[in-house]
Amino acid sequence: MKKSLLTIIAMAALSTTALAADIKPALVYGTGGKFDKSFNEAAAKGAEQYKKETGTDFRDFEPTSDTQGEQAIRNFASKGFSPVVAVSFAWTSAMEKVAKEFPDTKFVIVDSVVNLPNVRSVVYKEQEGSYLVGVMAAMASKSGKVGFIGGMDIPLIRKFACGYAQGAKAANAKIEVLQNMTGTTGAAWNDPVRGGELTKNQIDQGADVVYAAAGATGLGVLQTAADNKKLSIGVDSNQNYLHPGSVLTSMVKRVDLAVYNAYKDAAAGKFTAGIQANGVAEDGVGYALDDNNAKLVTPEMKAAVEKAKADIIAGTVKVHDYMSDKTCPM
Amino acid sequence: MSTASVPLPNWITYGLIPLLNLALAFLISGLVVWSIGENPFEALRLLVDGALGRGDAIGFTLFYTTSFIFTGLSVAVAFHAGLFNIGAEGQAYLGGLGAALVALALDHYVPWYVTMPFAIIGAALFGAAWAFIPAWLQASRGSHVVITTIMFNFIGAALMVYLLVNVLIVPGNMAPETRTFLEGGQLPKLDWLMALFGLKLGPAPFNVSFLIALVMAFLVWVLIWRTKLGYEMRTLGISPTAAVYAGIPYSRTVIIAMLISGGLAGMMALNPVMGSSARLQVEFVGGAGFVGIAVSLMGRSHPVGIVIAALLFGILYQGGADLSFEMPNITREMIVVIQGLVILFAGALEYMFRPAIVHLYLRLKRA
Repeated sequence: MKKSLLTIIAMAALSTTALAADIKPALVYGTGGKFDKSFNEAAAKGAEQYKKETGTDFRDFEPTSDTQGEQAIRNFASKGFSPVVAVSFAWTSAMEKVAKEFPDTKFVIVDSVVNLPNVRSVVYKEQEGSYLVGVMAAMASKSGKVGFIGGMDIPLIRKFACGYAQGAKAANAKIEVLQNMTGTTGAAWNDPVRGGELTKNQIDQGADVVYAAAGATGLGVLQTAADNKKLSIGVDSNQNYLHPGSVLTSMVKRVDLAVYNAYKDAAAGKFTAGIQANGVAEDGVGYALDDNNAKLVTPEMKAAVEKAKADIIAGTVKVHDYMSDKTCPM
Repeated sequence: MSTASVPLPNWITYGLIPLLNLALAFLISGLVVWSIGENPFEALRLLVDGALGRGDAIGFTLFYTTSFIFTGLSVAVAFHAGLFNIGAEGQAYLGGLGAALVALALDHYVPWYVTMPFAIIGAALFGAAWAFIPAWLQASRGSHVVITTIMFNFIGAALMVYLLVNVLIVPGNMAPETRTFLEGGQLPKLDWLMALFGLKLGPAPFNVSFLIALVMAFLVWVLIWRTKLGYEMRTLGISPTAAVYAGIPYSRTVIIAMLISGGLAGMMALNPVMGSSARLQVEFVGGAGFVGIAVSLMGRSHPVGIVIAALLFGILYQGGADLSFEMPNITREMIVVIQGLVILFAGALEYMFRPAIVHLYLRLKRA
């Protein structure tokens, strides 16, 4: 009792707004745009959710370039918005600069780390969530070949690919994992046509489950898989509803929670800076199960993926993080 | 008699007609804004205010302008030689590598004004090198430069991502970018220039490369209209067969024009890489190479016109972003529509008003 009282006092002393004050929340998207049905849309959903519950409106902005992203973050801060949430690692350096200029404003960056006393950095253990869907992909595959289609070829996406391959191999040591990246420019996040072509190519090579970690490009992947009566796996948001009966599952990354919690914590005066690493244990990443894919997920599959999840949480299965040493054991 | 051959005074050709085109573009944009339920006059006010209303707004506008001057000049030089270089995007990207390597090598040891000349040379060399292969293919094999330069944009992007992800990245960092340059590798801001006008630059990254851009604009003018090489390039641009008949070496002129063009595009990298972010990032060019095509067309490939057109696009970029920030209903796609309308009316439909104006002009002259 005494200890919890102390914590409350300490927290009240630390936070600048001790009362459940009105906040002016803001949200800056990645360059993929707000309606990518994936990463950015998940962030928007978190903000909408907060708006629905509290009636507090938020402002958002879709930058088209790096300079614009920095301008938007600074504009929001200078107009008294706080917390300012910026999703995408692309805003790392912008956030570093602006957060120093506005030490009293609270900032949140998703997918990257900025070590400043007024910045909360939310990162995800995508390798763990990808591992889970990898297990499911390998079990659902009849051909013994599964596919992965990434967006832009950057370390973050290799991290997805590496976790996926590990999961697939764990479920079936003989499985073959085909990997393709969509491109080397930012356009790779927004190229559903090319995503579809790559999917067609992987299907021709024998893959019957394809995992897309490619933002809006993934829409083409899911579409092509559905057209060819194959299975696909969505990413970031729950995309099972896009093609019911074809999307095996989605690797959900709860970016919405990052945004929602940032606003909620700030309003309650409980905003904390520092790194939040969300893995399977924190429910930050996971696989999606709903009415749309209930028929595709067999009881054995469910048992296996739940076991994998429990093993990761217990620490008996360690999913290798590509980012830690820039190599993948697969 | 066709109206196209009637000579008009310069103030009409270079003043009145572009202004009319611009006005029409804004009128149509206003209708678009009005149709989505926003006040077009308020939108225009926000756009102009966002681009020119404050010291930092002007700073951002001029920052974008600087990039567009470089790429506009790049396209123009090639254009005078009859070459359509649409690879400025990739050449600028590679130019960034040249500038960054110089900055990374020197920033520990020397102040910025020592780094700068080497960085200019580095950026120009890398940009020119990236233009060389398409130029050589055009000159010796006849492979069309439009095709090869745009293909080289993609090869350049792939090469740069490979280097940034695997070689130049700071270990353990998520974002594919180099380390931050120290003071010795950064181009200083031009706050003193703004202070002359009583403006405060604030956080805007308006920097020394603006002055470099203006010097380059002057040098391009000297090159094109005051040198033998410029004369050869223009002759080649107007009629390649006549140029060859007159003894102008085709291959050499094509390659030199493309090297200069690539070098100018490469120098664009100085502005964002050393002047603003102080590090080499993925996709830092952000479409400036393609905007350069519009800037060059609008500026009639003349350095003065290019500076003015670059300023216009700077205003549209900065003001547009500010407008969509202040009016959330106006999305970034709407801004692209407005920019597109300006390019359409001021570039593609530049002669739309000309016949009418010629008739009017002739009637007034007779009267």
